[in-house]
Amino acid sequence: MLVFIIRRVIYMLITLALISFISFAVMASAPGNALAQEVQRLRTVGGAVSTNQINALYKQYGLDQPWIVQYWLWIKGFIHGDYGQSITARAPINQLIYSRLGLSLAFSFGSLFIAWGIAIPLGVYSATHRYKLGDNVVTGIQFIGVAVPEFLLALSLMYIFSKYVNIDVGSLYSNKYSHAAWSWGKFVDLFNHLWIPLLVISAGSTTVTTRLLRANLLDVVNQQYIQTARAKGVSERKVIWRHAVRNAIAPLLVGLGSTLTVLIGGEAVVSIVMNLPTTGPLLLNALLQKDMYLAGTLLMFSSMMLLVGNLIADLLLAWVDPRARAFE
Amino acid sequence: MTIQALESPELAESGAATAGATEKGIGDVSQGRLMVRRFKQSKLAVLSLFVLIIIAMLALFAPFFSPNPTQTVDVGHKYSSPSSWTWKGGPALCQRTQVLDLSSISYKYKTDCSKSVGISWFGHGYKYKVLGIFSTDRHLLVSSDPKTKLFLWGSDRNGADVFARTLHGGRISISIGVIVAAIVMVLGGLIGTVSGYVGGATDTLIQRLIELIQSIPTLPLWATLTAVMPSTWSVSKRFIVLSILLAAVGWPGLARAIRGKVMSYNRADYVSAAKAAGSSGFRIVRTHLVPNSMSHLVAAGMLVIPATILGETTLSFLGLGMQRPGISWGVMLLDAQELSTLTVFPWLLAPAGMVVITVACFQFLGDGVRDAVDPYG
Repeated sequence: MLVFIIRRVIYMLITLALISFISFAVMASAPGNALAQEVQRLRTVGGAVSTNQINALYKQYGLDQPWIVQYWLWIKGFIHGDYGQSITARAPINQLIYSRLGLSLAFSFGSLFIAWGIAIPLGVYSATHRYKLGDNVVTGIQFIGVAVPEFLLALSLMYIFSKYVNIDVGSLYSNKYSHAAWSWGKFVDLFNHLWIPLLVISAGSTTVTTRLLRANLLDVVNQQYIQTARAKGVSERKVIWRHAVRNAIAPLLVGLGSTLTVLIGGEAVVSIVMNLPTTGPLLLNALLQKDMYLAGTLLMFSSMMLLVGNLIADLLLAWVDPRARAFE
Repeated sequence: MTIQALESPELAESGAATAGATEKGIGDVSQGRLMVRRFKQSKLAVLSLFVLIIIAMLALFAPFFSPNPTQTVDVGHKYSSPSSWTWKGGPALCQRTQVLDLSSISYKYKTDCSKSVGISWFGHGYKYKVLGIFSTDRHLLVSSDPKTKLFLWGSDRNGADVFARTLHGGRISISIGVIVAAIVMVLGGLIGTVSGYVGGATDTLIQRLIELIQSIPTLPLWATLTAVMPSTWSVSKRFIVLSILLAAVGWPGLARAIRGKVMSYNRADYVSAAKAAGSSGFRIVRTHLVPNSMSHLVAAGMLVIPATILGETTLSFLGLGMQRPGISWGVMLLDAQELSTLTVFPWLLAPAGMVVITVACFQFLGDGVRDAVDPYG
């Protein structure tokens, strides 16, 4: 098992190194590099900037070096937690993203738990009550869930809640609490603002996972060991939950990577629509203002989130299913 | 014993053939007809195909169905709500005039249903070209009074017709889905077949590349790639480059599925037989592997369409995909991004309905095709 873990971690680091090249290419691709824009700004603000000063600036940022040296300078800083300076926000990138990164992480993985928490019982119900009314209702809702994009669901819910229920949704706190000290009231307020985005982010994945679990469970239930369990008089409840569901969940772990991709993307979009302080709105602003340095760093971090998620999924799978370990 | 063993399958085969002749069984119908037959069994998929044909027709002949042009800026009809209807020897519009409300210092609309404005079927409106060939000014429905425009679904911030724009938006939104799916099918099919058939180092390299692309979250990657497009580009250039970018990120999933299929067919006995008989590698790929995996390619490729439509809509909604003056459903929904706008002018959300219907139909159609092509998988 230890060898398996080490091998997986090494794979992850290699992939991460390759992704860092892609992120770096993104940064370098900025039409008109960020420093040129900065020089332009300095010129409009006041007076001339001499060629010597420009050259000094280029030297300071290492932009006079070949790209491989520039990459090395960047990645060396990155490993030490220094992601450089955002030109448009005029602040160090690590200051900008640390607080947002935590919230993004919480939303992505929180919605994963919600998706699985809803999908597993719902999928089991759907499979055990196949073609009954409940199953058909669940299947019907699923198809809507697949066809409605996250931003639309977020917009519609915000519209409905603000128009008919008179709850203010969007952002993390109400105006009343946004600058208040921590109290029970603020905590309740925060909770009220968290559950709608979490539900919206997880909606798509919940429906997909439910469908997948239903199909898996229907396959598993037809296998002979289930028949054997029933024949020896194990209660139906135990047959389903102890014997069948356990095997039906393993394929979900295999698909965790693609679920997490959807959740990370969904988190970004929903945060933009609902005005939540995560990395999503930061990435969008960086892209719209062509601050590719910030954008490349954020791309790197969201890939890291996905890679760590995949690593955890691999380890869980190896733990649940010994065949996955033997296969390697 | 050898003679018997050789003879008995023949006997069984001829027996099956005679049975098939009376029942019109599987042996007599071509594989293609069988797929069509299985597809027709799925009522939902057939209905979806029907709805999609209607939507495609509406998009193709959008100017004919549109009472008003799409690109006009008409300050006299800004944010007009959907037209109110009345009855005067047939359906007619209530007269609507823009008035300045002095208490709130803003323009309001006054609807007066006692004065009706007639609508004419196949009446004259703005000039356009049908499919870019011959020009006409006939429209399905037009208001007879240019001061009271026919707004089925209201108007947007430029005073342009939301209904007309939604129909026109379908052109970009649907065609980008189809085009990207086509590119993904060619790329994924080609790379997947090479990876599965050649194997070895080539396969390993391609698989690592696929893993690399798949380990970057799709939406942030799409967003970052599309943000590199300068905003000065023309609509058609944007459309083409956006399609290529969406396809560049979308092919790995399909390539991996095709690789698996090609590998399993490559291990089949008839391929070994063909190899033993001296078939060239190219011939094996062309006569055995490609035809066999083609149906899976089409079935999986169909499901790329709804995913792409959602992707384009989301990107355009964020201001990164298509942009004005291009019209797509996502571009239109960008106007509805602010909740404050949306609560006052909820009809701006109309294109979202088209997105949901179209995507759901493509999803049902794709599922139906997959089940028809591959009843066991």
